[in-house]
Amino acid sequence: MQTGLEDQLGLYQKRIPIFTRSVKGKFRRFKTSVLVLAYAIYFLLPWLPWSRLDAPAQAVLFDLPGRRFLIFGLTVYPQDVIWLALLLFIAAILLFFVTGLVGRAFCGYFCFQTLWTDFFIWIEYKVQGERPARVRLYRQPWDREKVLKVGGTHALWMLASLWTGLTFVFYFAYAPQLLLDFFTGQAAPAAYITVGILTLSTYVAAGLMREQICTYVCPYGRFQSVMYEPETLAVHYDVRRGEAAHGRAAARAGQRTLAERREKGLGDCVDCGLCVQVCPVGIDIRDGLQYKCISCGLCIDACNTIMDSFNFPRGLIRYDSEKNLASPTPAAPTLKWKRLKTIGYGMALVLMSAYLVYSVATRGNFNHTVNQIRQPLYVMLSNGDIRNRYQIRITNKAAQAQTYDISARGIPAEALDLGNFSEITIKPGHSALVQASVRLPLAVAAPTQRFELVITPQGKPAEATAEYVRFDAPGKRP
Amino acid sequence: MSEQKLQSQTVQTTGHAWDGDLQEYNNPLPVWWVYTFYATVIFSLIYWTIYPSWPLGKGWIGGVSNITYVNSAGETKTHSWNTRALLVADMNQAAVAQKPYFDKIQAMSYEQIAKDPEMSGFILSAGRSLFAENCAACHQAGGQGVVGFFPNLTDDDWLYGGSYEKVHETLMGGRRGYMPAFGEVLNGEQIDQLANYVASLSGIEHDAAKAGAGDMLFHSETAACFYCHTAGATGRQDIGAPNLTDNIWLWADVPAAGTAEGKVAAIRSVINNGLNKGVMPAWSGRLSPEQIKVLAVYVHELGGGQ
Repeated sequence: MQTGLEDQLGLYQKRIPIFTRSVKGKFRRFKTSVLVLAYAIYFLLPWLPWSRLDAPAQAVLFDLPGRRFLIFGLTVYPQDVIWLALLLFIAAILLFFVTGLVGRAFCGYFCFQTLWTDFFIWIEYKVQGERPARVRLYRQPWDREKVLKVGGTHALWMLASLWTGLTFVFYFAYAPQLLLDFFTGQAAPAAYITVGILTLSTYVAAGLMREQICTYVCPYGRFQSVMYEPETLAVHYDVRRGEAAHGRAAARAGQRTLAERREKGLGDCVDCGLCVQVCPVGIDIRDGLQYKCISCGLCIDACNTIMDSFNFPRGLIRYDSEKNLASPTPAAPTLKWKRLKTIGYGMALVLMSAYLVYSVATRGNFNHTVNQIRQPLYVMLSNGDIRNRYQIRITNKAAQAQTYDISARGIPAEALDLGNFSEITIKPGHSALVQASVRLPLAVAAPTQRFELVITPQGKPAEATAEYVRFDAPGKRP
Repeated sequence: MSEQKLQSQTVQTTGHAWDGDLQEYNNPLPVWWVYTFYATVIFSLIYWTIYPSWPLGKGWIGGVSNITYVNSAGETKTHSWNTRALLVADMNQAAVAQKPYFDKIQAMSYEQIAKDPEMSGFILSAGRSLFAENCAACHQAGGQGVVGFFPNLTDDDWLYGGSYEKVHETLMGGRRGYMPAFGEVLNGEQIDQLANYVASLSGIEHDAAKAGAGDMLFHSETAACFYCHTAGATGRQDIGAPNLTDNIWLWADVPAAGTAEGKVAAIRSVINNGLNKGVMPAWSGRLSPEQIKVLAVYVHELGGGQ
């Protein structure tokens, strides 16, 4: 008989709803602590006041119209974009480093998708009850109770999503004013669009799609497994202990104690299924390590609870390495970091972090760029002198206005002409353009390849910076 | 027979049969595709109502959305939405933003502008775009000009004077440079003598004997060069007669000539043929007074301020 495509497994699989059972244990406690800490920072930080002279009193404010980020005492200008590059590099390396050591720790404990899903599941649990109650509610027809409970859950999700979106935009404008403007219809269109998109995406991602984001959408989830090594600690089910000779079996009479089970050749797994019920991505960890596992550790908590109740030793599901599990004499799982890859990532991490700290700590109070005017490169004047022109842009990054002197080294002092402004005063956070020209007699111009422009903040000679600038004359260079 | 029965259970067909057993699979479009298609249909209907869409004789269906803007005169204008109106609105928005600066410039003297860092910054950027739009076609983007055609604005030599007022005057009224063709009144030898004399003024290699004769000719009534170029050959800015003693060449492309003969030949050619192409148009009718003022400062600044 010929089989058509329709007879084979479809490419599309309908989502099977997951109703997670709540669980207690050290991993649950850790996840909750991370969640509370992360939410406290994210939701409260925009409301932290910070006294400033020339900007809103908000500790963290990404002032896009002003082209600056105000982060506590630090003001970041577009010129400091290298910090962003460093920060992204450090974040990426940190991800690689941690994944090589303890698997997808980022996914399981820190990723905002996991955090928000966790929070949304908690709302669901508070409104609709524990797993059996939620399963019953899912199966029952749309009566009053179901409409109220399910509707209430979604309403609360929406509210949480809205506040998530609002909090995001609070980082970009003075929060109290923006909140007022937002609900009186006076905020900028960009604010409404951003809040709208974030509210919707939070609601869809954390409420409706949940683990499908990790499985189908997220690229990190897929490529993080590439960084696993045999020594990497990950959430594993101890197959040898759990299945033994004759597989797992329920704890019926006659196979309730460890001694009885050993005698019958049964594994330690009592097949209670709790590890599956608590799993937020709906997998069975006993099938082995798999790409859907976000390594949140909740199955470890669940299994340990059961092991305790049967007085079996803990750790049937535990953080362990593939290598250790496969060895004939498994040792206690330990963190193995003495590997080339881990050490390499670790060093890159330390070096780049050190550089970022150094760069932030030693940033000058101003910076400047000098552009030689290239049209024309040089001008011959009526007496035969050669003139080159330059544009000097100075950005004042200090918190107060500053006056700068510009001078030259390597050419006669009178050769530098700054036009109408021999010194320039710049407001904090602003930049100014100075036109300078250098005039040299042909005999001096010909051998002069370059000279040094020195910019000195008045009263702070130690902060002066110098830059070599090119000087062009006819027939000198290609 | 049982095989056929099984197939009919698993495979959907359109129900037609040709030639007894020829059937067609019923493979409907994916549901997401169909709904996306419906969504685009609904989207286009909404789009037609909001934006200009269908042509209608000489016009088009305007759509319900409008563009409202305030022009620099303070009037509020409303247009039905189209990209041209959007451009006009954008231009007006920019003009309104620039207005305080232009008003200020109009009220300030050149000396005040030169001493105001904020205004100088504005002129640097506004002047650059004005210059690029109106002047760069001849004087080039950087104002360096073209030897033989358009004067260099970045050097310190000004045909008609480089003060703010003189530059302003040049911009407002335009200029016309003229020199008669001396080939009509002088013979070839005389012109050669004059060319050598002019070369000697700028320290270019020349024939001293011819230059001496040229000197006589220059100051004689025969050629009468000194009428315009003055007895010292330093030129007259009131009529745009250039200074012949400096290193700046506008009409004769002396710097480009490789040999001494070439340089003299370039000068000879100008004396022989005269000049009638030094025309700068008047800008008073095309640019606003404030724009001309901005350009005057910008051009003055290009030359380093003379």
